[in-house]
Amino acid sequence: MINEGLAAWSDTAFEWALAGYIAALVCFGIEFASRKAVVPTEAEAASARLKAEQKSVRKGGTTVLDPPVVEAGSGAGSIGLVRREDGKVPLGTRFGWAGMVVLLLGFVGHVVSIVLRGLSTGRAPWGNMYEFASLICAAAVAGFLVLIWRTKQRVLGFFLLLPVVILMYVAQSVLYAEAGVLVAALHSYWLVIHVLSIALSCGVLMLSGVASATYLLRARYEKKLAKAQAWTAEHGEAPEGRIAVDTRSIWSSLPSLSTLDKWAYRTAIVAFPVFTFAIIAGAMWAEVAWGRYWGWDPKETFSFVSWVLYAAYLHARSTAGWRGTKSAWISVVAFLSMIFNLFFVNMVVSGLHSYAGLN
Amino acid sequence: MTTHDTSRVGVEDPGDDAPRPPRQGPPAPIAFLRNVWRQLTSMRIALVLLFLLALASVPGALLPQWSLNEAKTAQYLLDNGEWAMWLNRLGFFEVFASPWYSAIYLLLFISLVGCLTPRTWEFVGHLRQQPVKVPRNLARLPLHDEVVVAGTPSAVADEVTAGLKRWRRTRRTEDGDVVTISAEKGFIREAGNLIFHFSLLGLLVAIAIGSMFGFEGSVLISSANTGVSTNEQAQEVGDGNSGFCSTTTISYDNFRPGLMIDGTELPPFCVQVDGFEADYLDNGMAVAFRTHIRYQLDPANDGDTWQEQQLEVNDPIRLEGGQRLYLLGHGYSPIFTVTWPDGTQQTRMTPFQPEDAFYFTSQGAVKFTDPPLQPGEEITDHQLAVVGIFAPTAFVHQGVMTSTYPAPESPGVAVRVFVGDLGLETGRSQSVFAIDEQQEELGLLNQVASQNLAPGETITLDDGTTIEFSGFREFVSLQTSYDPAQGWALVFAILLLIGLMMSLTIKRRRVWFRIIPEGTRSRVQVGGLARTDQAGYGEEFGKLVLLAGRPVVGGTEVEK
Repeated sequence: MINEGLAAWSDTAFEWALAGYIAALVCFGIEFASRKAVVPTEAEAASARLKAEQKSVRKGGTTVLDPPVVEAGSGAGSIGLVRREDGKVPLGTRFGWAGMVVLLLGFVGHVVSIVLRGLSTGRAPWGNMYEFASLICAAAVAGFLVLIWRTKQRVLGFFLLLPVVILMYVAQSVLYAEAGVLVAALHSYWLVIHVLSIALSCGVLMLSGVASATYLLRARYEKKLAKAQAWTAEHGEAPEGRIAVDTRSIWSSLPSLSTLDKWAYRTAIVAFPVFTFAIIAGAMWAEVAWGRYWGWDPKETFSFVSWVLYAAYLHARSTAGWRGTKSAWISVVAFLSMIFNLFFVNMVVSGLHSYAGLN
Repeated sequence: MTTHDTSRVGVEDPGDDAPRPPRQGPPAPIAFLRNVWRQLTSMRIALVLLFLLALASVPGALLPQWSLNEAKTAQYLLDNGEWAMWLNRLGFFEVFASPWYSAIYLLLFISLVGCLTPRTWEFVGHLRQQPVKVPRNLARLPLHDEVVVAGTPSAVADEVTAGLKRWRRTRRTEDGDVVTISAEKGFIREAGNLIFHFSLLGLLVAIAIGSMFGFEGSVLISSANTGVSTNEQAQEVGDGNSGFCSTTTISYDNFRPGLMIDGTELPPFCVQVDGFEADYLDNGMAVAFRTHIRYQLDPANDGDTWQEQQLEVNDPIRLEGGQRLYLLGHGYSPIFTVTWPDGTQQTRMTPFQPEDAFYFTSQGAVKFTDPPLQPGEEITDHQLAVVGIFAPTAFVHQGVMTSTYPAPESPGVAVRVFVGDLGLETGRSQSVFAIDEQQEELGLLNQVASQNLAPGETITLDDGTTIEFSGFREFVSLQTSYDPAQGWALVFAILLLIGLMMSLTIKRRRVWFRIIPEGTRSRVQVGGLARTDQAGYGEEFGKLVLLAGRPVVGGTEVEK
């Protein structure tokens, strides 16, 4: 029944995928850390101005204050176009390219792993938590590749691959289940529809959550920057101690707030209808399997919680007084509720959805 | 939902310094109510209610719930003492039926209605209005362009109109032979928004109707032809209890009626279970279950006419009239034959509860409540119960019997025999799977033997009574469900999804053309505005500008 050879190849491909993602994580990390030396982003420009002002203030000159927050223009911050004046490609960017190559290789390995799992078992390759977590990661990486293709920016790479690598590692070490047939309860075409749509939406929502989390990092940095600027304006000297700001902080190389907000929103509005569909499909399966379409099973309840939180995020984003940081927090919390539902409800709270394949 | 700025409700505009007559507002209570209403229908409160809804649902997932697992909830209460009792009083173990949960979602839906109603009227009004007039200065719009093309304004306008096929558009003329065209698209976004939110309301109503007029009943039925019988009586008892009729709620082991269902006038049907098969892997994992059943929908008139069907997991039988029949689980019912010293024999079969859902080590109690009596004896002195473990593939390790495989390869029981008063007249409810321990503690029910048995083996008590393990049957757990509104719930769920996708993907946008005669040519000013999200409109706008024709003079610069 089970093709052991294909299953073994699937496991190997998974390892290659994980290795590729880890390598990409490192490459993107190096690129991210070194980027600020390559091209000044808006925030960097602002911090450079701030420094100049501080100097001129010390010298007793006049201060010209610009708001530190600048909208992302085209070109600024985009990678691939960045070349130093001497025509050489900076090392950080080379790492970024290498990261793209290993990411793509890893993704191919990942897809191969999932396909071989399906072929070896002769069923949809998302029947236990290992396979499900793997599919979520694949969806997140696929979503990220689309984002790169559309925006030509890979700056989120490090931040996305961090949770992806962690989840992949957990999948392999804790959740791993041998390729096998499924319990009778999962023999249904709804498995294909419901679980696939949940995994895809969950993966893309991970991307959205990461964009929101980086939004928060960047917002915190900008707040500090603005504070320091205000201090300089008021006191005529550079702030020191607690509110001193590191104008060369690596957070300055993140995209602008509006860009991050846009990414988080765009990915969320792609994933949210898919997630909604997945819940509806789950309800239809529940009607077929358990005799009712909704019964407040822990998994159902928590998916409802996540759904409500995402609905709140979409509403908050268009409500005066809730835009920006507050919306970003809601998005992050909503994604955490998805992860909580994936792990805690499956592994700790027992309910009808206990197909984890963990015994 | 609306985005009223509620922070200013009730605050007078300071205006100029001239003294004003005090405003003739409505009386205080009405003003208060109006303010409450405005607050409630504001987006801010709606958001807060959404958070509360999410937060209030969490204990429903993390704490055991009465409606989902009574035994587990009761155990949780026992384990956690006083504060768990308080949580219980506050409804934390029945979250979705608690007053506070209802309050939150009702307020949310009231807020929703308060928001949707004005928006719907506004939307209908917009539908009937012509697209707004062309603004005086198009260059101020986020997207604008100016070109000079060949042709008179009206000819150019014809051209443009032809190109704006799927737009709502109006053509107007201004002084000096100037022709203007206003066009808009993406109205359907708001329609999607309204459909989404109204579908939520519809869904709530469908759920409410379902919980009022629906019901669920579950029953364990032993399947004929699926076990072992060591004597004729056991054969008879085993195969004789393989059916049920849903005429009253009593025929179910467990019946959960909707609020408006009193249990009478259930649409009757009868089910007979003729066989049960399960496929297991070598490691014990179940990969398929099949139940062979017969049913009749009109037992009074059908006589011996049955419809045969195979009932499987994930594949319910949908009976006429909306009732559905499900296979939810299975297990084992051991059969015991008791022979009293006077020669009286009784054979009983009772379903045992699977303790281990994988290998089916099952637990239960077979109660013999009507022992034969000699003159002068009390029935409560001689009632007998066989309590213990059934294992389809028995394995005894250090005196403890467990099952090592879910199929009945070498069935066995490990039982204790009790004699005395089972306590059925005490008024306390007792589990079918256990004896009343209180009777044991009171010394009214005493253990007289304990032994492991294979089919056909016997325990002999001191008084000569023998208890034989006479075989077993596999039982199936069937459920009948009825929900008159679930079709509507599906319709609203689909509408909800369609509305959601419409409102998230469609962009509302406007374009204006002002075509000014310039000799034999026309100067065309174009302006564009996207209502929700400017990004993505720029490219389309560039194409719209070209509708006027090839520019003779002027660039195609489009500010983005």
